[in-house]
Order: sequence, then C-alpha cells, then structure tokens
Amino acid sequence: MIKEVISYKLLVISLAAFLIYNLSLITSNYSYAQPISSSELINNAKLYDGKNVTYAGEIIGDVMSRGQYAWINVNDGSNAIGIWIDKDLLKEIFCTGSYRGKGDWVEITGVFQRVCLQHGGDLDIHAQGLRKINSGRTISEKTNPAKLNFIFILTAILFVIWILTLLMRK
Amino acid sequence: MILKPILEDVKNIGYYLGKIMLGLGITILIPIFMGLVLGEINPALDFLIALEITLIFGLILIRLCFTEKDLNWMQGMIVVSLSWLVAMFLGAIPLYLSGHWKSYLDTCFDAMSGFATTGLTLVQDLDHLSITHNLWRHLIMFIGGQGIVIVALSFLVRGFSGAFKMYVGEARDEKVLPNVIHTSRFIWLVSIVYLILGTLALGTVGTLNGMKPFNAFFHGACIFMAAFDTGGFAPQSQNILYYHSLSFEIITIIIMILGTINFKLHYHIWTGNRKEIFRNIETRTLFMTVMATLLVTVIGLNHLGVYPKVIVLFRKGFYQLISGHTGTGYMTIYARQFINEWGDLALVGVICAMALGGAVCSTTGAIKMLRVGIIGKALAEDIKRIILPERAIVVKKFHHIRDIFLEDKQVRSALLITLAYLLLYGLGALVGMLFGYPFLDSLFESTSAAANVGLSCGITNVNMPAILKITYIFQMWTGRLEFMSVFTLIGFLVVAIRGK
Repeated sequence: MIKEVISYKLLVISLAAFLIYNLSLITSNYSYAQPISSSELINNAKLYDGKNVTYAGEIIGDVMSRGQYAWINVNDGSNAIGIWIDKDLLKEIFCTGSYRGKGDWVEITGVFQRVCLQHGGDLDIHAQGLRKINSGRTISEKTNPAKLNFIFILTAILFVIWILTLLMRK
Repeated sequence: MILKPILEDVKNIGYYLGKIMLGLGITILIPIFMGLVLGEINPALDFLIALEITLIFGLILIRLCFTEKDLNWMQGMIVVSLSWLVAMFLGAIPLYLSGHWKSYLDTCFDAMSGFATTGLTLVQDLDHLSITHNLWRHLIMFIGGQGIVIVALSFLVRGFSGAFKMYVGEARDEKVLPNVIHTSRFIWLVSIVYLILGTLALGTVGTLNGMKPFNAFFHGACIFMAAFDTGGFAPQSQNILYYHSLSFEIITIIIMILGTINFKLHYHIWTGNRKEIFRNIETRTLFMTVMATLLVTVIGLNHLGVYPKVIVLFRKGFYQLISGHTGTGYMTIYARQFINEWGDLALVGVICAMALGGAVCSTTGAIKMLRVGIIGKALAEDIKRIILPERAIVVKKFHHIRDIFLEDKQVRSALLITLAYLLLYGLGALVGMLFGYPFLDSLFESTSAAANVGLSCGITNVNMPAILKITYIFQMWTGRLEFMSVFTLIGFLVVAIRGK
C-alpha cells in the first residue's frame, strides 16, 4: 500500500516536472530549430530578441578576429547578419564569399539580440554552435567572348570616327 | 514673344557636352587599370566598353558641334543639367554589364544615386560584386561630389568665362579663389589630401579590427570617398554595420562632418584662420539644427524604449542622425528598423535633419545651412521690427567669411530655394503614397532622395514600381543641381517646341 502511494506520488512529481520543463522552454528560452530567415529576424526583431535561433547562410567578406572571438557576417540571400563567435568554432571555415568565390554555407545556432549591449546596440547573433553545410569554392573567371567581340566592333567604329575627325580638321 | 533656340545654341551646348564626356572617359580609365592589375578581366572589359561608347559619343559631338564661341548663361545651365543625365546613362553601362542589376533602369538609378551623392541602391548580391565595379560605384560619388563639370573644368578647360556659368549651374554659387579654374583645383587638392589621410585612418583601423590589409585599405578608400562626398555607398551590403567597430564609426562621423563643411571654410582653416569655424553662420546653424533634431530623435527613441542604455541610444541615434544631416546616408541599423522600431517622432527628427542638409559649396544636398541661417536671421529681424519703436532702424548682419548686411534679395532667394525643396520632398512623398506606401515612409524616402542623403526605410528596393524609381532619379538630379539648371533645361525644351 505504502509502495503504491510512493510510486503514485513519484509519477505525479515527474509529470509535473516534465510539464514545468516544457512550459519553461516555451515561455522563456524557446529554441527555434529550423533556420529562420534574416528578413524574418529583422522584421520581427522584438519577437526573437534574446531567444535561441538557428540561422543559415554564406559567410561573406572578412573573418574579423577580436581576441578569442571573431566577427563573421552571414548572408542568407536577403540580408547579412553579424555573428559574434568563438574562434574555436571557425576551425572548419576556409572560404568566405567575395567576387572571387562562394563562401562556406553554415548553420549557426545562438542567441539573437535586437540591441546587443555588448556591441554598441548592434543587431547580431552570439553563436553557440556552427555547422558547415556546404564548402565554398573559388570561381575561376573566363573571359566573356561576346564582350571581346563587342569591344573589337567599338574599337573599329572609334578608329573610323577618329580618322574622320582628323580629315575634317584638315 | 518667346524665341526658339537657334542652331548656334545647340552647337555650343553639344560641343561642351562632348568635352565633359571626354572628361568622364578619363575617369573610366581608373577602374580599367584597377581591373587589369587585379586580374578581374571581365569587369575590366565592362569598363573598356563603357569607355569606347563614351569616347565615340564625345568625339562625334565635339566634331559636329565644333565652335570657338563662349557659353552664355542659358547654354551653361543646360550643359550642366544634360551633363548629369549623360553621366548617368554612360556611368550605368559598366554596372549593367556586371549582371548585378536587374534592369538598365536600376543601373541608371544607382548611377544617378552615385553621381548625385545620394546612396540609395538597387544592386543585387553586392557582397559578390567585383572590386573594379565597387571602385567605380565609389568613384562616381567622388566625381559627383566635386561636381562632374568641375572634373572637366579642372583638366580639360583652360580658363574661359563660360566656366563660371557651368560652375554656378552645378549648384556652387561661391568661389573659393578668384578664378573658377583655381577654385576647382583647390577643391580637388582638399579632397585628395583628405582622401589620403582618411584612407590611411580607416585602413589602419580595419586592419587592427581583423580585416585583411588589402581589403581594409580598399574599403577605407571606398568608405572615405562616399563619406567625404556625403554619398553613402559601401562595399558590403550591411553598410557600416559590416565593420562592427566603434572606431570605424567615429572616423566616418569626422569624415562626414568634414564633407558637409563649405570648401571656402576649408580654405580658411587651411590658411590658419581657425576662428572662422566658430564665427561662421553655417557652422553655428549646423550646430543648432543638429542639437534640435537630435533632441527630437532622442526623445522619440527614449519614449518607446528602443535602446535600453543611454550610451547605446546615443551611439545609434546620433550616428543615423548625423549621417542624415550631413546627407551621407551611412547606416548602423537595418532599413526596416527605422519603421519597425524607431517610431514616428524619431523618424520626424531624422526627416528634418535630412531636409536641412549641410553647407553651401560643399558636397551635400538639401536646403543647406546658409539659407536656414539667413531665414532665421530675417525672422529675428522682423520680430525685432515689431517690438522696437516704428522709427527705429533695424540693421541685421551675418558672418559668412566676412560680415554681410542682410538684404531682402538674399532672404527672397533663400526662401525660394527652400520652398522648391519642400515641394520636391512633397512630390516624391505623394508619388510614394499613390503606390500605397504609408505617409511617413513615403516622406522619409522622398526626402532622402531629394536631399541626396541615402538613408532608407526599406521602400527603395528592386521591386518598387518603375515610376517611383524614375521619380527618385528626378529628385536626386534636381536636388543635387538645386533646380536652376534643370528648370532652364525644361524651359529650353518648352521653348524649342512652342517658341517662334
């Protein structure tokens, strides 16, 4: 009898703990597992402020080292957002996006800040984790033959006009 | 009776327009050289195409319209207004060939925005744009800031009286030195010296902030050109937010303020007359209007609790405000944050700052401080007249390089230009509202375009209606030239059709 009462109480306590845990997740520290777009984050910054978010995009520009941490800027195709990240998490990053190449495509998990007090009020994400989804690559430039042909035609026209100008001057 | 323009008018206009096109061609050589050095062959080809088209049209105009006659006032004004349109069409060619703009209209929008030192942009995937094209985007701001015609005056024209007419047509009614060619060269000297210093400062800070040295100094040069010429383009899509650096923000604030100061004042500072900064009506008015608009903005932001700490509120609020007031348009927030977070009162503060602008004979647009100061003085004089006995003689003076007696014609001129700007701001806002944008958003974007600022609340994007893009192009062009040369061109066209 006593055993049954104890096991019943344990069941109730564990159920209550489970409920409280889930409620606390929903209310205070909701984690968004699916990547959220930059437009969604910027347009609803107050909603996501201080929450754990997942954000994916291409690393563009420079990796700007600041002591043990670094700034990277990640562009998802609509906007780029600054990510404050521990340098240890960047060991797998080799390519950043520019004219010369596509940067590594990464998924960032971290705390989104509408007004980051640590960084002068910037809208940023403080990364807790980084997963490389796709590796970047260097783009080799091939000369566009259509542009070359057009240049030859324009050069010929320019030459004719120059000759005519000289003749008219005489 | 209105007389139709004669062939001689057209020939004079065509000849000098051709010369200015050749001047523009010379500037295109810079990105070609850069492209070849960096091995960016396709971008270099884009500029070679643009150069050849520019030279072809320039040479044809010079040959067909050859004249040795000087320009009269009407012709000078028309040459200037047409030069800016021609520069837009030709300057847009290499941008369009890059494939980063969706249409030729979009590239024309960005080219006019660059030349007029506005900073609104429709570029796609800016973060992957070549260094060569990025250099051109900023270079056109540098050229436009000094004045397209000044480029030609400095290098291609050897002192003729028509030079002054074109100089005035480009909204620079003050000469720093007695000769307009020397004035143009002085403006270049000031700009080049500051370019070297500014690039060194920004490049060093960028390197210390973790950027690769080449990128740091290239960005430094670009940011300087756009900040000093109160333009607002940046090499990356996040604008100044990309750098995540307080020191970078402070240096850009200093450069923006230097850009908003009258070149005449620069001359006096350079020649040791530093007291002029504190006595000049423009700097005094600028200080007062910055304080007043900052107060409105800060109250608005504080009321809504947008920024929880005073230091953050000041950093964000002051940066956007000074950027708007100087007509630069650099941003450390995202465009939509203006609308979503800042609230109406703070937006009104920034709109007022944008509408007022910087000094005359500087690189800024908008109403400008000298006019605001003169109107303020006239108002004070009128109030004094009412208060004092009828027999009292009220004489008002203001200090702008020297003491000047306030006359009715100065007040009339200042009020007319102010009224024209207010109408131009209203026109863009009205067109925006016709396309369904809210009043404040429309007014914000319209003021930004017409005052050549470049701050955006998000209306300017590739999907906005073509008519709105054309409206903003017109506003940027008219606002930069301060109306007279554009009105003269419109009048010339009307007379050509209706005159006898």
